[in-house]
Amino acid sequence: MSSTTELLKTPLHPWHHDNGGRLVDFAGWSMPVQYTSIIEEHNACRNGAGLFDVSHMGRFFFADPNACEFLNGLTTRRVHPMAAGKIRYSLMTNDSGGVLDDVLVYHLQDTAGVPFCFMVVNASNRQKILAWLKQHGDLEKLGFEDRTTKTAMIAVQGPRALEIMDPLCETAPSSLTYYHGMMTKVCGVESIVSRTGYTGEDGCELTVPADDAIKIWTSVLEKAKAVGGGAVGLAARDTLRLEAAMPLYGHELTETINPAQVNVKFAINLKDREFPGRDAIAAARKDTTLPRRVGLEMDGKRAAREHSLIYLGDQQVGEVTSGTFSPTLQRPIAMGFMNMEHLEIGTEVEIDIRGKRLPARVCQLPFYSRG
Amino acid sequence: MTFGKLSEDSISFRSNYLERIVNQEELLYAPTHEWVHVGEDGIATIGITDFAVEQLTDLVYMELPDVGATVTAGEEFGEVESVKAVSPLYSPISGEVIEVNSGLPDELEVLGTDAFGAGWIAKIKMDGGAPDTLLNHTTYKTQIAAEG
Repeated sequence: MSSTTELLKTPLHPWHHDNGGRLVDFAGWSMPVQYTSIIEEHNACRNGAGLFDVSHMGRFFFADPNACEFLNGLTTRRVHPMAAGKIRYSLMTNDSGGVLDDVLVYHLQDTAGVPFCFMVVNASNRQKILAWLKQHGDLEKLGFEDRTTKTAMIAVQGPRALEIMDPLCETAPSSLTYYHGMMTKVCGVESIVSRTGYTGEDGCELTVPADDAIKIWTSVLEKAKAVGGGAVGLAARDTLRLEAAMPLYGHELTETINPAQVNVKFAINLKDREFPGRDAIAAARKDTTLPRRVGLEMDGKRAAREHSLIYLGDQQVGEVTSGTFSPTLQRPIAMGFMNMEHLEIGTEVEIDIRGKRLPARVCQLPFYSRG
Repeated sequence: MTFGKLSEDSISFRSNYLERIVNQEELLYAPTHEWVHVGEDGIATIGITDFAVEQLTDLVYMELPDVGATVTAGEEFGEVESVKAVSPLYSPISGEVIEVNSGLPDELEVLGTDAFGAGWIAKIKMDGGAPDTLLNHTTYKTQIAAEG
């Protein structure tokens, strides 16, 4: 519908174009928002295996494994020392504790056993994080290379994901434990394989050379289709991550939100560490006036959306940051931020949805966890 | 098509008739993908096109106008919500809502199979004629070919 002429294109773009992908501008990239139906794609991932083109995500390579130590000075979570093969989810914050991005830091070794460091950042934050890294270190010395356009990244997610990937890889991804990665051959091509994802399902993510992306994608897709899976666009990626209550940059994570508000304690190590924003996070943890992330469920069909206001009686007590109709739970779900005194599970509130106040309840996060 | 042989005071009969023989080539279309069938009695039936339904996908909710409400051409009279987003429905004509397809919000899948018939949204007693800005079938087809 909208012109996509000046947008960046992933190596899989021709495939999306030829296979019914509805291409939209997403963070400057022409990306498939959906191929068929969001609900069908969502369910294909929940019940079988979904393939996602996530090549728009920024991929930073550091030949020098000391880069992990450098990054450790900028991340809310300890990423050094970290054994080779490990991957950690972390945030990067500015001096006032605002979230610059949420990232994955990998400490891996190549097939010859030579260690390296790798980082995946959000597409919308790639230039910002690159500038932030340059401001804090000598990237040339660390053997930095932005491999975003030289590679493609494919997420394979769902209860059947590992069973279809194992035979396609030289070393089976199912041999990895969660949040671990390796270099191995995928369809005969040297790639990074990690047991990570953004859907609430088990599965893996592949970083493959750009020239081999379509070949690998079509090989995996054929296997996925045989177990009731298929290609999944960005719209269902959003409903999947929302059900799994994973924060999304620009929504639950922004430069005006302190990580202490987001309930991602696992991604914050303050003790004996120094990084930008550390003291601001420590202070925010004790500040009971700051709103905290909350899960809300509703009855009916009408979903609260980003910016919908949350009320308790006449008092505004919060704001929605993400909301949708949940295909799995068959009800509207939302995440947002609410004043701390009203966070008890079961608290009845109202959400203003385009002028109409509809009842909602505070509920446990995540909305969905795999069985 | 002609409605001359039918009893014009029986709206339900007329709507059944419409469901059976509505001819897309004789409808008028708003650029915002609503269709309108203008009856000889000054009663218009409105809905959204199959193209709109196909583009929206995954419909979960529809807000209908109230019977008795006044609607204005080009202005919002309801909304349709998909898993992804909320889209306003714009009235292609001006007038008073005299009937709505009240069962539709509970069976939105009908829009996927019969957007121009059983998926009708409302009947409007027209205030004046249809606006000149509405498109005929050929022009609308050209528009959606460019969009699709």
